[in-house]
Amino acid sequence: MFPAPFEYVAPSTLDQAIRLLQQYGADARLLAGGQSLIPMMRFRLANPKVLIDLNRIPGLDFLEEDRGVLRIGAMVRHRAMERTPLIQQRYPLLADTARVIADPIVRNRGTVGGSIAHADPAGDWGAALLAAKAEVVITGPKGRRMGQRTLPLEDFFTGPFMTALQPGEIVTEIRVPAPGPREAGAYLKIERKVGDFAVVAVGVQIALDADGVCRKAGIGLCAVGPTSLRAREAEEWLIGKRPDESVIARAGELAAEASQPTSDTRGPAEYKRDMVRVLTVRALRKALERIPMA
Amino acid sequence: MPARKGKRATAAPRRTAARKAVEAVQPAARQRIRVTVNGHPYEADVEARTLLVYFLRDTLGLTGTHVGCDTTSCGACTVLLNGEAVKSCTLFAVQADEAEILTVEGLAKDGELHPLQKAFWEDHGLQCGFCTPGMLMTAYAFLMENPHPSEEEIRVAISGNLCRCTGYMNIVKAIQHAAQEMAAR
Ligand SMILES: Cc1cc2nc3c(=O)[nH]c(=O)nc-3n(C[C@H](O)[C@H](O)[C@H](O)COP(=O)(O)OP(=O)(O)OC[C@H]3O[C@@H](n4cnc5c(N)ncnc54)[C@H](O)[C@@H]3O)c2cc1C
Ligand code: FES
Ligand code: FES
Repeated sequence: MFPAPFEYVAPSTLDQAIRLLQQYGADARLLAGGQSLIPMMRFRLANPKVLIDLNRIPGLDFLEEDRGVLRIGAMVRHRAMERTPLIQQRYPLLADTARVIADPIVRNRGTVGGSIAHADPAGDWGAALLAAKAEVVITGPKGRRMGQRTLPLEDFFTGPFMTALQPGEIVTEIRVPAPGPREAGAYLKIERKVGDFAVVAVGVQIALDADGVCRKAGIGLCAVGPTSLRAREAEEWLIGKRPDESVIARAGELAAEASQPTSDTRGPAEYKRDMVRVLTVRALRKALERIPMA
Repeated sequence: MPARKGKRATAAPRRTAARKAVEAVQPAARQRIRVTVNGHPYEADVEARTLLVYFLRDTLGLTGTHVGCDTTSCGACTVLLNGEAVKSCTLFAVQADEAEILTVEGLAKDGELHPLQKAFWEDHGLQCGFCTPGMLMTAYAFLMENPHPSEEEIRVAISGNLCRCTGYMNIVKAIQHAAQEMAAR
């Protein structure tokens, strides 16, 4: 199937892209990896009149740790998240996630920024980055704040496929707090077959103090609500406790209570809710195993 | 084009960076693109909505690259874009401007099949052959970066390529044999 006709433009700077977005307003759409947008255009679910390609803008694919923050450029491909040693070594939650998104060929093109902006409640980066307590850096027309603002990811997602992006704005960066000592994470996903979207997936990030007491916890849920969800009650329950099996089990129950699954071809709601519980428990165990306790 | 006196003939004048920048900020429904496919330079006017796979098949007549789905699922359309495997049904031809593309037609050299092609033949890595061009290109890109893969790694690498015939066993075997053959060279 062929997309409807459109006009294509590949700006070479962010400023040009923002100006084009302003100029063409609701007729324009940004193109990142194209791995969600192009299939939607082929089905004519998206019919932009002007397509603004971000792929020719240099400097949007940085991936580095800087003063206690992991900075992920919006155009960083899933593949880079999977392969970069920094991510593999210090951010197991994110490396786990990258490995289970789509298939290796789609991962060569798809971007982290595109996934977040797409705001699919079944998108894996949403849940993983909520667990990581990520922030989104948004760049728009220059005015106050030099055209940049930063939002917690939680406030960025406003509904299914809906975000807090305003006209003329582009996601330029995702920021993740660097892990402290005795901190790790994990991401677990149930899929019908390899490469498919999640039936359910859960991401966790947990940090312990020197006595083994939980001092920080993040839990993100994928495909069980109108947006990616944060399981706040489960996070709060863990804090200040030693995460033994009974504490983890309760966290799983609280995460399941926070989920809002619906029945569909991937399974009944009841099953999905219980899988939130199971995956939360397993992901917490896996994250804890990854914490080196001296 | 005629070679000017005192100058070597080149394929075509390069666009200057400045001109390119001016061109770039004007949205257009058609665009002139220049690509290198299997080592040959091509220049063509394409509609912005033309997917790379249809440019390869319909404009260049390179029908080795197949289309098996509408959902970016099957991988039959896989080609290499600047050395990286991509699903050419999920990329616009205009995005490939100035890129190097390798398709299945570019694998054999001087009438000699590529070791991957030979191995697919010898190990029965294909039945109907519909998925084969995509499988070959995915395997080619994969072996470039991982010349000594485990069976598990091969299975992960081809997980974006669907085969409705073989059950994958012989495809995995063929890629293993090709890896050995290529390493021995
Ligand atoms: C077969 C298949 C399987 C998949 N499986 C999974 C899966 O299991 N899990 C998963 O999470 N995803 C999956 N995906 C989706 C994939 O991860 C996409 O890459 C991702 O959803 C979108 O990223 P993109 O860079 O391709 O964005 P695009 O498709 O280019 O864009 C998506 C949307 O975001 C907008 N946009 C893009 N970049 C920006 C930006 N910087 N600022 C503002 N707006 C922007 C675009 O305008 C568009 O509306 C799958 C895709 C396919 C084809
Ligand atoms: S034709 Fe199926 S993935 Fe491209
Ligand atoms: S050989 Fe027929 S689809 Fe693979």
